[in-house]
Amino acid sequence: MWKQFFISRKFIIFTGIFIGISATVLQKLGNPANMGICVACMERDIAGALGLHRAAVVQYIRPEIIGFVFGSLIAALIFKEFKARSGSAPLMRFVLGFLAMIGALVFLGCPWRALLRLAGGDGNALFGLAGLITGIWVGIFFIKSGYNLGRNQRTYPLVGWVMPLIMMGLFLLLLFRPQLPSGAVFFSSQGPGSQHAPLFIALLVAMVIGFLAQRTRFCTVAAVRDVILIKDTYLFTGVISLLLAALVSNLILKQFHPGFQGQPIAHTNQWWNFGGMVLAGLAFTLAGGCPGRQLFLSGEGDADAAIFVLGMIVGAGFAHNFDTASSPQGPGLWGPASVVIGIVICLIIGITMRSAIKEN
Amino acid sequence: MHQKIEVSGLSCPLPVVKVREKLLEMKKGVLEVQVDNGTAKDNITRMAKEAGWKVKLEVQEEGEGYLLSISK
Repeated sequence: MWKQFFISRKFIIFTGIFIGISATVLQKLGNPANMGICVACMERDIAGALGLHRAAVVQYIRPEIIGFVFGSLIAALIFKEFKARSGSAPLMRFVLGFLAMIGALVFLGCPWRALLRLAGGDGNALFGLAGLITGIWVGIFFIKSGYNLGRNQRTYPLVGWVMPLIMMGLFLLLLFRPQLPSGAVFFSSQGPGSQHAPLFIALLVAMVIGFLAQRTRFCTVAAVRDVILIKDTYLFTGVISLLLAALVSNLILKQFHPGFQGQPIAHTNQWWNFGGMVLAGLAFTLAGGCPGRQLFLSGEGDADAAIFVLGMIVGAGFAHNFDTASSPQGPGLWGPASVVIGIVICLIIGITMRSAIKEN
Repeated sequence: MHQKIEVSGLSCPLPVVKVREKLLEMKKGVLEVQVDNGTAKDNITRMAKEAGWKVKLEVQEEGEGYLLSISK
C-alpha cells in the first residue's frame, strides 16, 4: 500500500512542493541566490573543490549532492530496489554527462535551477527553459526513431556501491577539510562557492529530497518528455508544484526580484541561454534523465547513471579550464563554439545509435 | 491474443514506450511484461491503466524483477 502511495499524484505534488520550499529556504540559509539547489552548479563546485578547475569563486563540496545520493540509497535499500547494474554504453553516458554540463554552464544552471531562477523572477530563465524543452523535443525524435543505449546488466553489488562510497569520501573531505601542499581541498573564500547553508541542514534536506525522489521517480527532464512522448502528466505535475511552491516561498521570503538585468549568477545573452540548454536538454534526454535523476539512480545502484555524473563533474572542470562556462558578463570565449560542437556530437550519437532496439 | 514482451535492462523511457507501442498494436488481449526495475514497472502500470487496460502484478521477486499481466 505504501508503495502505491509513493507513486500517487498527491505524493508527487507533495515532493515538488517540498523541493521548491527547501530550495528557497536553503537560499535563505546561505546558498547562492536562485541556487538553493542546482545539480550542475553544485557538481561544478565539487569539481572546483577537488582542483579539477581553478575558478576560485566556485569551489565547495556541496553536501546537497552527497545528500541526494544518500537519500536515494536509503530509500532503495528500505524498499528493496537497490540493484547494482551497469553496461549500457557507459562511455557514451560519460560523454553525454560531459556535454550536458558544458551546455548547463553556458546557461548557468541545470533544469532545477532554471525553474528556481524563474521562481526568483529571473526572466532569462525563460529562454533557458525554452532551450531545454527544444533539446528534449529533439531527443524524443531520436527515441521515437529507435535510439537507445542498449540494455544494462546485473552486476556485482560492489559496483552499485561505488557512487555512494565516492560520496562518503567527499563527505569526509568536507567534514575534515584536509589541506594538501597543492592547495586542495579548495574552498572559496568569496563568490558563490563561499555561500552555503549550514552543512548538516543542507545534507539532511537533500537526503529527504533524495528519499522522496527515489520513491516518486522525480525527474525534471522526464516531466516534459513524458507529456510529449506518452501523454503522461504525472512528473510534470511535480515540476509545476516545485515551480509554484518556490515562487510562493520566494515571495514570502522576499527573494522574488523580477527582471532580466542584474539577475544573480545569470547573463542576458538569450541566444546562448537558449542554446546552452538545447544542448543540456538533448544530452539529458539521450541519457534518460535530468542531473538530479542521475544522482538518484546512482544511489540505487545504477553504475551507468554514476558514470554520467562523473562525466558532468569532469565536464565542469573542462568548462572552466577551457573558458566555455559563462559568467554574469556573458558566455565564455569558447562557450558558443562548445555548444555547437556539443549539439553536433549529440546528433551524431542520436542518429548512429538506433539499430540495437530493432532486434528487440 | 496472448503476447509477451521483455523490457528488462532498458533505460527509461524505453520500457514504457515499447509496451505502449505493443498495446496500441494489440488493441485488446493479454500482454505479459517482464521488467526489472521499479520505475519502469510504475510507469508501465500508470500508462496502461490510463489507457483503460487492467494491470496485475503477477510475480515480484524482491530486487530481481516483476512480471506484469496487462489485459483488456
